[in-house]
Amino acid sequence: MNILVFIKRVPDTESRVRASADSRSIVEEGLNFIISPNDEYAVEAALRLRETKGGTVTVISAGPDEATATLKKCLAMGADEALLVKDPLSETYDGLRVARIIAKTVEARFPGFDLLLFGKASVGADNALVPSMVAEMLGLPQANAVVKLAVEGSAGTAEREIEGAAERVSFSLPAVVSAQKGLNEPRYETLKGIMAAKRKVIPVVTLDELGLGGDAAAPQVEIVRIDMPPARQAGKIIPGTPEEAAKALAQLLRHEAKII
Amino acid sequence: MVLVFIETREGKVKKSSWEILGEAKRRAAELGVPTAAAYVGPAAECFSPEVFARGADKVFLLGNAQLAHYSAQGFAIALADLVRETSPQAVFIAATALGRDLAPRLAARIGATAASDCVKVEVRDGRLEFTRPIFAGKAFLVGRLRSTPQVLTLRPNVFAAVAPAADAAAGEVVTRAAAIPEGAVKGQVEAMIKGAGEEIDVTEAEVIVSGGRGMKAPENFELLRSLAAVIPRSAVGASRSAVDSGWIDHGHQVGQTGKTVSPSLYMAFGISGAIQHLAGMSSSKVIVAVNKDPEAPIFKVADYGIVGDLFQVIPPLRDELKKLFE
Repeated sequence: MNILVFIKRVPDTESRVRASADSRSIVEEGLNFIISPNDEYAVEAALRLRETKGGTVTVISAGPDEATATLKKCLAMGADEALLVKDPLSETYDGLRVARIIAKTVEARFPGFDLLLFGKASVGADNALVPSMVAEMLGLPQANAVVKLAVEGSAGTAEREIEGAAERVSFSLPAVVSAQKGLNEPRYETLKGIMAAKRKVIPVVTLDELGLGGDAAAPQVEIVRIDMPPARQAGKIIPGTPEEAAKALAQLLRHEAKII
Repeated sequence: MVLVFIETREGKVKKSSWEILGEAKRRAAELGVPTAAAYVGPAAECFSPEVFARGADKVFLLGNAQLAHYSAQGFAIALADLVRETSPQAVFIAATALGRDLAPRLAARIGATAASDCVKVEVRDGRLEFTRPIFAGKAFLVGRLRSTPQVLTLRPNVFAAVAPAADAAAGEVVTRAAAIPEGAVKGQVEAMIKGAGEEIDVTEAEVIVSGGRGMKAPENFELLRSLAAVIPRSAVGASRSAVDSGWIDHGHQVGQTGKTVSPSLYMAFGISGAIQHLAGMSSSKVIVAVNKDPEAPIFKVADYGIVGDLFQVIPPLRDELKKLFE
């Protein structure tokens, strides 16, 4: 099985984010970057499929040079190859643009793939657009936010969470699958893997080389501004014994907050 | 025209679809255009004139035997053809599990980008301006889409549905067969797998009672469930540490690596308030925190706090709320 896994470098989930002076972007200085947590489940799923079915796992990221470190983490986990698609723009929040870049990359470089794996959404942009858009552009079936995945021959089944239940999706290969928490427990990098990844040179492809130079990859999302949420004020601490406080709380929720 | 996708489940229109239809009606009035509602596949059987009372001026029923089971591919083909023919200014889809699966596929098919999980939509200079959370609500992106139509998914539980007026005039109903080419649908939903109970998802609940590390053990989540049981439209939530300890399923996790929620009331029991958790719930209307540690960061965002042992607070709170709801 030839599996392509698409990953993104994102600010650590423990980060405090703040808007830049012009309010058009997030200040990246001082932030710690990690692989988007959902993408780790995708890498793990790819490695497990390779273990049982054979084949290769290639990890691909569209992003800045620094994404090389994120790709190397995936190599250290056990991926065979990596590719950086160099994107000169920082976060555009434009799923269509990223999907075009990825679809072009697949068409130009990886004609014989069986499965495209993604995280269900990149932590940060939180859009969850790219997997389905790539599936549409390449005419593939999709299974998003899956918590179970099985592949047999040229068909797959997956389970995805819906509100208060799950649904079973069946599809033919090649296909697009996006992973989320619950699918598996991602492995740690091995020391041997880390050493091998360090020595590996990751090939780079530019948007020009993909035929996406100039206006071809112009963002379709106009960022008006980035707002910070209104600061919440600490409210009142309800005194008394647990029983008194609990009763007082119920009354406050009814008569003061008027929500129950 | 503002086109609204009507989502149904088990023969009923989802509440979130009425909410976004209400929002479509308000924005369409500002833009001076009509609203239309699209029912795809078996959803057509759920059509009733209520949709007109809920804000639609026109209804499209798109049927095809190949759409009997949901598939993003099939539904996107049906809706994209309708969009090409009717050229709406905007397409609204609820940001549910199905909506978030379908909207990007539809958008890509019509060559448009999209914005997910919008919590506010305004009309500025004749165009839509959306506000959507990024970093699970640590910040908000205010933006506009240059591509047309404007494909937006709207977060459930945020927008007000139109209260149905008894005397609403019925609008036009257009029934047509969607043209799905043979072999075009390569994947579809086979079956729904239900959990043990009829649980409401945290993203749809009006009240969330959430537990963290202070719950101490998986069996103690029964206590939270007993509290949720006395509150209508409530769900049990959890912090990442409770989920990672294996005390409760990850579907309940609230926060940056779980779900972002905006209920009317969020009650946090034994949750200290890590930044990634606060991001996921701080847009709740009212927040209650119960924690032994008076220094817990959760108290900085809570409207009401009780410094104390949750195991002593929950039983009397449950009894008191039970009385209030009766």
